[in-house]
Amino acid sequence: MRTRRIATGCGLAVALLLSACGSSSGGGGASAPTALGKAEGSLKIIAWAGYAEDGSTDPAYNWVSNFEKDSGCQVDVKIGNTSDEMYQLMQTGEYDGVSASGDASVRLIDAGLVAPVNTSLVPHYADISAFLKDQAYNTSGGKNYGIPHGWGANYLMYNTDVVSPAPDSWGVVFDKASPYKGKVTAYDAPIYIADAALYLKTAKPELGITDSYSLTQAQFDAAVALLKDQRTVVGEYWSNYAVSQSAFEQGSIVLGTTWQVIANLAQANDAKVATVLPKEGATGWSDTWMVSSKAKHPNCMYMWMDYITSPEVQAQVAYYFGEAPANPNACALIADDPTHCDVFKATDADFYKGISFWATPRKKCLNGSGDNCVPFSEWIKAWTAIKG
Amino acid sequence: MTHVNRSTRFGFRLWTVVVIAFLWLPLAVVAVLSFNTSSSLAWPPKGLTLHWWGKAVQNQGARDALLMSIKTAVFATVIALLLGTAAAFAVQRYRFFGREPLSLMIVLPIALPGIVTGIALNAAFRQIGLDLGIITLVIAHATFCVVVVYNNVLARLRRMSPNLEEASADLGADMFQTFRMVTFPLLRSALLAGGLLAFGLSFDEIVVTTFTNGAGTDLQTLPQWILSNLSRGDQQPIVNVMATAVMLFSLVPVWAAQRLTGEQSGLAGR
Amino acid sequence: MTTAIDSPHRPARRVSRFFDARPRWRLAGLLTGPALWLVVLYFGSLMALFLTSLYRLNDDATRITEQMGTSNYHELLTTSVYRDIVVRTIGVAVLVTVIDIVLALPIAFFIAKIARPRLRTVLITAVLVPLWGSYLVKAFAWRAILGSPGGVLDKTFGSSPGYGLPAVVIVLAYLWLPYMIVPIYAGLDRLPDSLLEASNDLGAGFWLTFRTVVIPILFPAIVAGSVFTFSLSMGDYIAVALVGGPTQMIGSVVYANFASNLPFAAAFATVPVLVMVFYLLGIRRTGALENL
Repeated sequence: MRTRRIATGCGLAVALLLSACGSSSGGGGASAPTALGKAEGSLKIIAWAGYAEDGSTDPAYNWVSNFEKDSGCQVDVKIGNTSDEMYQLMQTGEYDGVSASGDASVRLIDAGLVAPVNTSLVPHYADISAFLKDQAYNTSGGKNYGIPHGWGANYLMYNTDVVSPAPDSWGVVFDKASPYKGKVTAYDAPIYIADAALYLKTAKPELGITDSYSLTQAQFDAAVALLKDQRTVVGEYWSNYAVSQSAFEQGSIVLGTTWQVIANLAQANDAKVATVLPKEGATGWSDTWMVSSKAKHPNCMYMWMDYITSPEVQAQVAYYFGEAPANPNACALIADDPTHCDVFKATDADFYKGISFWATPRKKCLNGSGDNCVPFSEWIKAWTAIKG
Repeated sequence: MTHVNRSTRFGFRLWTVVVIAFLWLPLAVVAVLSFNTSSSLAWPPKGLTLHWWGKAVQNQGARDALLMSIKTAVFATVIALLLGTAAAFAVQRYRFFGREPLSLMIVLPIALPGIVTGIALNAAFRQIGLDLGIITLVIAHATFCVVVVYNNVLARLRRMSPNLEEASADLGADMFQTFRMVTFPLLRSALLAGGLLAFGLSFDEIVVTTFTNGAGTDLQTLPQWILSNLSRGDQQPIVNVMATAVMLFSLVPVWAAQRLTGEQSGLAGR
Repeated sequence: MTTAIDSPHRPARRVSRFFDARPRWRLAGLLTGPALWLVVLYFGSLMALFLTSLYRLNDDATRITEQMGTSNYHELLTTSVYRDIVVRTIGVAVLVTVIDIVLALPIAFFIAKIARPRLRTVLITAVLVPLWGSYLVKAFAWRAILGSPGGVLDKTFGSSPGYGLPAVVIVLAYLWLPYMIVPIYAGLDRLPDSLLEASNDLGAGFWLTFRTVVIPILFPAIVAGSVFTFSLSMGDYIAVALVGGPTQMIGSVVYANFASNLPFAAAFATVPVLVMVFYLLGIRRTGALENL
């Protein structure tokens, strides 16, 4: 009797656990609204640090307050530090939307956690760079699942005083016998395995890698082996970008993958650093605002997506965060740095096409080459093993 | 102690100076960097300025976060005082089934790493369906604060003669009067020491907070505000300002507690 | 002396009389709150965590599958990298604890038994105030100190351990040092001077007294301090990320997997739970738990 009661109790807990973890699967169930209703008065979103500033970090950067005033939607921003964390937060169903990178967005669509978006309800969608629209990470089965926000490449940064000659290949960060042993850095996330794959694509053509996110077991093993070699020369992995910035400023790190904004901030502090886009190309991120399929405030979310893609706000976000704005009309409005869009190549479609954007690897290969790709759960485990 | 010879005494003094210097070195670095003209961590500072102190004063987010931290710590401390005192009385004055496991349970939340407590409570709140917010945050903080109150009160009760309370009862005082007029005054310094420790634990907590606080910048505690600002290199000096300011302000309660619980009972009110 | 007791307040007196006659009820009144809180809420939470650890993530890491099993534990036990991380973490925790004991004993003794009362208050304040400087800020300050090159140590003395495992040990020992000094000081404060004098009168020199009288009496206090230093070191992931270079500890893996693979994070989190529970059971008899 007693055991049975305990079992029932666990069953209940299990049911709750699973529902809390979002056990629904397969997108497409939800459909996009055809018209917007009244604002619900409140909005809960998950964002990368710097995407939804309300002045609490720096009073000079505040675009949330204006939105709250205009729309009447009180905004709660939850900062997601990594794509994995954002995905996990979206599973709770407590949020109306998220600024998802490609390594979260595909998973979100697959799991049915986000709803299709009716882009005609977001007037500024029309202004957005054409090359950002209908991409694999924001569109599935012909349906749009979000509004592009901004994008950037993962550059190679190096200390100009120490590193010579100036590197033009990712090979320098994967060199086991590197003269910069202990002073190399790498991005601390499973998705960084794609950077190794990208390098192997050109360095070891016999592996036959076509897409950094669609790897067979043999290709994956080669990338992991390369990263284990790299581990012996890495001084520090970074996920917090202030950490990376301070390491480059001090000189304790002289070489490694970075975001343009880190380089800008370090240069502003007189650090002798430069960035380069190596000949193999680069990985990068392209972020999309998505609406939760369980959104309690969808109207406010639609209003937010239109607001955040308006040229004035895009100008502020792009400058503050250090990325290419999705809406090119923002370029003329960045008064603090009129060259911003040139630096970030915001309107350069060819540059954009050369970047291998973050996407979530899955068993069913993203590039359509079959069902034999190493799924993301293996990437997660491998990353711990690489760091050792 | 009178029988320590000169060279041994000197050795102890030197050791003390070195350890205190070790404890204060990073704080000194933080204080100096809060006046740095550059936002870089690189040493030495490029120049000195009051710029960041001015910016910190104007920073609404920092003030809100400070207030939120104080609010959380106060609520958590009050709950910890109530639960910790009750548990101490039960364990010290009664023999009952499960007494030993209970005293172990009280210690567990502080003995287990914060990340375990954090994700365990997070899992539980989600299963109950309780939305994360200040309520879940206070519950979580109170959980690991109970033990410091409990231990302080328990130690005091051990050394307190029950005769006093019996005498009070013999003189006709009821339970509440005895508590108010006899027991409580004897416990006061232990409660103060335990309460202050609980407040301090809650005030600086970041790990459990990460997993049990709700979304929204209005719910940010000071350590959370610091963490999100440390994620932007150009905000570093303002964080240094806040940390220096909080430390300066903490001098007052720490010093006062020393004087109050001071000489006869020592540091933790024992 | 006659004490004027308030005129009996009727309901209070009635409640009081009720409880006076029934000690079990009084006990129940005291116990209900703490027991509900700690046993139901806290222990229940740990059970929820354990339950979570029995699930699995699906291949594409999109959701948690419905079958229960011990696959996470199987993986934990059979993968060498996790064993390395557990061993490394426990090693760091032990080392940090030993360093803190060595640093704390003399200073606590000096404050409690040698310093004059006025200096004593100053020194205690000097030990306690660093606890109020934010943990995060202190850890970040160590980045500025240890950076090699470019850090305070490097610029002042020309060398520094840089970021890595040694830095983790230094910084954790720094962060938790006050948690060791406080209980040892409190233990010494309770130790009557007459005891030391008696030992001295019996002909024992200072160091003999220190070794044979002071240390054994202080043992519970030292063990109490070690609960803090050991457990805080074992769970840390923030300071490790800031100064550890590429170093991974248990906390780092649990934190990283909390977002990407919750069931595995839960399974790995049971390792420090087991270690600490055994530790606590082992030291229960020393009376250390009451010195926390």
